[in-house]
Amino acid sequence: MTQETILIGLAGVLAAAAPVIFAVLGETLSERAGVINLSMNGTILLSAMGGFAAAYTTDNIVLGFLAGMLIGALVALVVAFASITLKQSQVAVGFVLALTCRDLSYFLGNPYMGLPGPRLQAIPIPVLGDIPVIGQLFFRQDPITYISFVAIFLAWVWIFRTRPGLMLQGIGEKPAAAFIRGANVNLMRYVYTVIGGALIGLAGPAYSLAIRAGWMGTISGLDGIGWIALSITIFGGWNPSRAAFGAYLFAFLQWLGLVLQPVLTQVPSQVLQVAPFPLMILTLLLVNIGDAEWVERALAAMPENTRKIMVKLLRAMRASPPAALGVPFERD
Amino acid sequence: MLKGRFGGFFFQLIALLLAFGFVSLILLSVDASPAEAYKNMFNGSFGSMRKFAEVLVAFVPLLLVTAGLLVTFSSGLWNIGVEGQVVLGAITTTWVFRYFIESDLPPALIITLAILGGMLGGAVWASFTGVLKVFGGVNEIFGGLGLNFVATALTIYLIFGPWKRPGVASMSGTVPFPDEFSLPLLAGLRISPWALAIALAGIVVIYFILQGTYFGLRLKAVGKNFRAAYLLGIPTWQYSMYSFLICGALAGAAGAVQVAAVYHRLIPSISSGYGYLGLMVAMLINYNAIWAVPVALFFAALNIGSIQLPILMKLDSSLSGVLQGVLVLFVLLADGVRQKFARKA
Repeated sequence: MTQETILIGLAGVLAAAAPVIFAVLGETLSERAGVINLSMNGTILLSAMGGFAAAYTTDNIVLGFLAGMLIGALVALVVAFASITLKQSQVAVGFVLALTCRDLSYFLGNPYMGLPGPRLQAIPIPVLGDIPVIGQLFFRQDPITYISFVAIFLAWVWIFRTRPGLMLQGIGEKPAAAFIRGANVNLMRYVYTVIGGALIGLAGPAYSLAIRAGWMGTISGLDGIGWIALSITIFGGWNPSRAAFGAYLFAFLQWLGLVLQPVLTQVPSQVLQVAPFPLMILTLLLVNIGDAEWVERALAAMPENTRKIMVKLLRAMRASPPAALGVPFERD
Repeated sequence: MLKGRFGGFFFQLIALLLAFGFVSLILLSVDASPAEAYKNMFNGSFGSMRKFAEVLVAFVPLLLVTAGLLVTFSSGLWNIGVEGQVVLGAITTTWVFRYFIESDLPPALIITLAILGGMLGGAVWASFTGVLKVFGGVNEIFGGLGLNFVATALTIYLIFGPWKRPGVASMSGTVPFPDEFSLPLLAGLRISPWALAIALAGIVVIYFILQGTYFGLRLKAVGKNFRAAYLLGIPTWQYSMYSFLICGALAGAAGAVQVAAVYHRLIPSISSGYGYLGLMVAMLINYNAIWAVPVALFFAALNIGSIQLPILMKLDSSLSGVLQGVLVLFVLLADGVRQKFARKA
């Protein structure tokens, strides 16, 4: 394999990760505020279909992306209303929406199956795009990939470097304390869930109008992405930069699977496609295992030096969810 | 009027009407007649004995899965991995059949072993989610989902790899088993009274365990308040594992029936999504075993009836999934509204 093909492959990895980045950032914002949006898998499919249909009928690609965001925001609004106002289980409502939106996308998308539609083109950035290696990797992408780079940075700055971001952390960690500081907890939860939903809704058209242009119904290969994005959110420890790393790792592994396929001819291609899932379970295990009781006991029994290294290792991998995740807030 | 049993019924009726209204609007938006669509779905599932037998074929695995999920929901667990547990039940059943294919044992014994094998396979697969949850701190939703995808990959690997048809492997599955390996079917129909009996026995046993035993009571205590149950001296993590194993065994039985009575081979989509659909049924009946039979039958009828839609109206058959999902969603929302009224009153 030449250096050129590897560079093209890696640039492709950055582009392929873009939709997952949007989904993961959206879910991170929502969960930081304390609301799990479990509908993600259905939202991505419905916004992919809706975004494509809107762009196809209006012949305007920007409207397609906006339609996707609107769909994501509306689905998130249902999650917010059911869980915040009606105090129903977030998991139950989210799961039902995940299945319903998926089936709705197949039902409504039927007339758009396999139609040739608009597709986002790459726009190399002058000067920067000519830098060897770096230019090829980062600055010869399509606009939605550029936006994904910026979005990671903005989300990180918002959560960790601004005053409203600090309040957001408070709403998810200690809503009662945030309330005393003057935050309207439930209103802010609505706002972040809906904004997060709009970001998740951007993931759909980022597939159907860019990297996997078109709508192919059940054979789109998009069913399952939302569940992966949900676990990447946990892997990312509700931190945009670590979540983005998870999304790139996932896209890289998928690419690696494709590259290795001619070498591993014994393994059917369908098996390589699901390789991320056992890895997902493994990473979740590594992220969580430090909290298990038996691990603490095992650590206590280890010799001093080994224990120190193990504790450091477990701590580096560890990620704790916002303390009030999934817990309704009531002023009393 | 808004309180008590009648109040709950009133809100559920409203939810039902709203769900059908919403789906009718969706149908109108694609220029289809809702009345015609519902009529075709009804005729497609109850129009003839043959069609109703197909509804029962779908009803059997759905009821078994729902019965299992009632146990995990009772102990406070979201066993999304039930889908993979159905798949593993089908895989182990296929394995047992393949193992005995040349043997001289009576077929009835082999079929029994195959179904028991399927239950064991489902239970073992469920125990993976349980171990990840209990010892690894991995939420059962994520562990289960990951294992679902692994189970599907395993099926495809077996069909295209070690168990492939002589000559060329294909998505149509493994070589069909001889007729004597099938659960006896009713003449001219695809439904096996044995499969139906297994499913009904499953829900009766689960109803009895949950309502009438000390074990069921403790299971529900763990589900209602894990910490309090622990302080009361209930071995909580063992009860979590038991409920995973019971649910896995019932889901495995569903997979076993799919192989032994419906497809007579392993196919890539052997679970047909009945695991996820069972979760919807369990939520819709508010985890109350007594309603499992009629609601599972209704959902199975929607699935079978919707097969007519692409043929007669050029609509996608996923309409049944939309209708089922919207129905559960509106029931959840209506229940939330009812509780809000109850709190204010």
